[in-house]
Amino acid sequence: MIQSRSIGKRLTLLLAAVAALLSVLSWAMVTALAREASQRTQDNVLAASATTIAETLRSEQGEVRLELPYAAFAMLGAISEDRVFYRVTAGGVTLTGYDELTPPTPGSAGQVVFETSVFRGAAIRMASLGRAVLAGDEPVLVTVTVAQTRDGVSAVADDLSSLAAMLSVAFFLLAAALSALVAYTSLKPLNEIASAVSRRGPSDLRPVVRPAPTELAPLLLALNRLMDRLRQSIRRSEDFIAEAAHRIRTPLATVRAQTEIALRMAQTDTEREHLRQIIRAVDESSRSAGQLLDHATVAYRIEDLARDTLDLATLAARTVAALEPTASMRDIRLLLKADTAWIAGDAVLLENALRNILDNAIKYSPEDTSVTLQITCDATTARLSVTDQGPGLGLAPFEPLTQRFQRGENTADIVGSGLGLTIAAEVLQAHGGRLELSNAQLKGGGACITLVLPLA
Amino acid sequence: MYHLGFASGLTLTLPLALTLALTGMAQAAELELEDHRVFPALQAATGGMDTGTRVLRVASTTDLDVFEPYIAAFQAARPEIAVDYSVLSSSNLHRAIRDGVAFDLAMSSAMDLQFQLANDGFAQPFSSAATEALPDWARWRDLIFAFTTEPAVVAIHSASFEGLDLPATRQELIAVLRDHPERFVGAVGTYDVRESGLGYLFATQEDRSTDAYWRLNEVMGRLGPQLYCCSLQMIEDVAEGRLAVAYNVLGSYAEDWLDEDQSGRMQILTMQDFSNVMLRTVIIPTTARQIEAAGAMVDMLADLGMRELQGDWALPALSHSGPREDAGFGPIRLGPGLMAYLDPLNRRTFLTEWENAMEQR
Repeated sequence: MIQSRSIGKRLTLLLAAVAALLSVLSWAMVTALAREASQRTQDNVLAASATTIAETLRSEQGEVRLELPYAAFAMLGAISEDRVFYRVTAGGVTLTGYDELTPPTPGSAGQVVFETSVFRGAAIRMASLGRAVLAGDEPVLVTVTVAQTRDGVSAVADDLSSLAAMLSVAFFLLAAALSALVAYTSLKPLNEIASAVSRRGPSDLRPVVRPAPTELAPLLLALNRLMDRLRQSIRRSEDFIAEAAHRIRTPLATVRAQTEIALRMAQTDTEREHLRQIIRAVDESSRSAGQLLDHATVAYRIEDLARDTLDLATLAARTVAALEPTASMRDIRLLLKADTAWIAGDAVLLENALRNILDNAIKYSPEDTSVTLQITCDATTARLSVTDQGPGLGLAPFEPLTQRFQRGENTADIVGSGLGLTIAAEVLQAHGGRLELSNAQLKGGGACITLVLPLA
Repeated sequence: MYHLGFASGLTLTLPLALTLALTGMAQAAELELEDHRVFPALQAATGGMDTGTRVLRVASTTDLDVFEPYIAAFQAARPEIAVDYSVLSSSNLHRAIRDGVAFDLAMSSAMDLQFQLANDGFAQPFSSAATEALPDWARWRDLIFAFTTEPAVVAIHSASFEGLDLPATRQELIAVLRDHPERFVGAVGTYDVRESGLGYLFATQEDRSTDAYWRLNEVMGRLGPQLYCCSLQMIEDVAEGRLAVAYNVLGSYAEDWLDEDQSGRMQILTMQDFSNVMLRTVIIPTTARQIEAAGAMVDMLADLGMRELQGDWALPALSHSGPREDAGFGPIRLGPGLMAYLDPLNRRTFLTEWENAMEQR
């Protein structure tokens, strides 16, 4: 599978990037506004100061007179510790103040004009106000300029800016956390469907029926269609296998019968040996075909599992009875120690599973031994163990033994298809149980196969 | 221990001190120094011969007698630094700094002039733990630092007030002066605000704060007032009985005088209606060269300004109340408002009014 970047991560990153962008934007805006606001505050005070001074302008004996009110200067000191400069000119001649201070171009009379400039190496903000004063016969334009350095404005703006920066970072962190939450929540249905599908058993091909968001409905639909096609395809091949096995079994029986007749009439040992080998091969093929048929039956029935309430002990007794003849041919005793244990399941399948296991046990047991079936129950499960006195399962891991056509290491001379445990394991899985394989702990013990099933 | 060190240091550095004194005198001729002394370093500089002795040049309006213990304390902490101490009038000091005369420290009682120097860029910023500890109202922009709060008081010659109630407000003072002209003609003294920067500061602040000020001036003007440049001379004349009343003298100087002179000839009155409180301030001029030493002195003064107990120091510490303009009793506010009365137009107008009130024919 080619794994591209996770949608969740991508979504989180995208949302976080948007949040980061918004944070930076809002910080920039607040900073600009703070600068503007503190600038306006200073402008207002400068304008008030200039106006206060301009109000004292008067004409006395043909000369422009004014006084600089204490308040005009004190108010400038009230907002910040900024340096203060001023200049009053009448018709371009300095009446008082700082000669080098260049006032901004005056606006219309009575209008305060502001300008940012540099004075004695410091950035200043100037407010200038023009007023016509009658001196003698002619009106003289008197300009009052008040200036202040901008350190206070900058300090206030910087303070607000760093406060805004802190808030922006906090906002971003919150937004990033929320983004992750949003991504997780949005992707939750997808993950739920994915985990519902992956939780299913290997042969569970039923359609996924669960509420899905609109965006996921097509995916779910496609998935269900795919599973449907897959199921049909599997069904067809199972049918085909069953059909094939069935067709092979009948002629094989004929071949065996004929071969046995031939064996009886055979003249030489060599001929008899050849015929015996044919019989062995035919037996193996017949058995394989039977098990393929079993497997197909199991696969077919599992799809639509019956859930009848059954007594495991009765079922075991029935199976034991069916296999009694085979066992007695080799002097093998089948011992059943069981009390009633109610389970829910498909009797045909469970019998099939147990038969396969018993069949194996009989097959691998030496003559004149016993196979013990024992049922024990705990709170939730029933355990049916089948213990033989054969060679056991060997030392290799047991897990592969339940896979199709896998056979143990120590089975070379015994006829088998490798399907028996597979069938049993599949049946138990379909019933919500499992197959446990172990070597018996008892003296002279062989394999111990346990069918674990939930109680009804 | 320091006394021993001082004695030996004095003999060793005498020739150097002489030359310093001589150069100092040359400067003095231009600057109209009222007093001048060089305090040689108590110990030679440790950095070898190249560094030479570091001389901290202080321009101050504070009388030498008053400030000498401060220099001693400074040299006890920094024995390698010599101090060249010049006493100038506040307006001369202001002019000297403006003209770029090299000083490492300028200390003045004229807050307005000091403030203008800082505002106009003649002071350099300095910041340390000690200056940061100063209350906001006692510093401005790390350029100017206050280290004392000194009220203006009225000094009276006790004998002249025999049988009279002592005035507690300006109203009462006006009444007393008006009702007993025979006692007070020619015996009322105050600053000549045209010459004294501190006098001008007190006068303009009173103009702003109390309307009784001009009526008092009118009454004083009718009594033929004596005008002074400095507090100390007024106090002396009151003590000697040449003056009955001295209006607006520095409380700290008057207290010092009373500490020395227990005869009871002089009393100090604090006006209850309003009282100016001046901050003695210090700046490091842009022309300063011994910036580190100047900073050390500023630190010492700031620390002393923040002390809790008066101790033996001649100048009072910063008051703990801070400015209370509503009550009219707080220190004069260190801010651009001080510049209003320094404007030549305003000054001319104010002085004209003052002269009209004071010099009645």
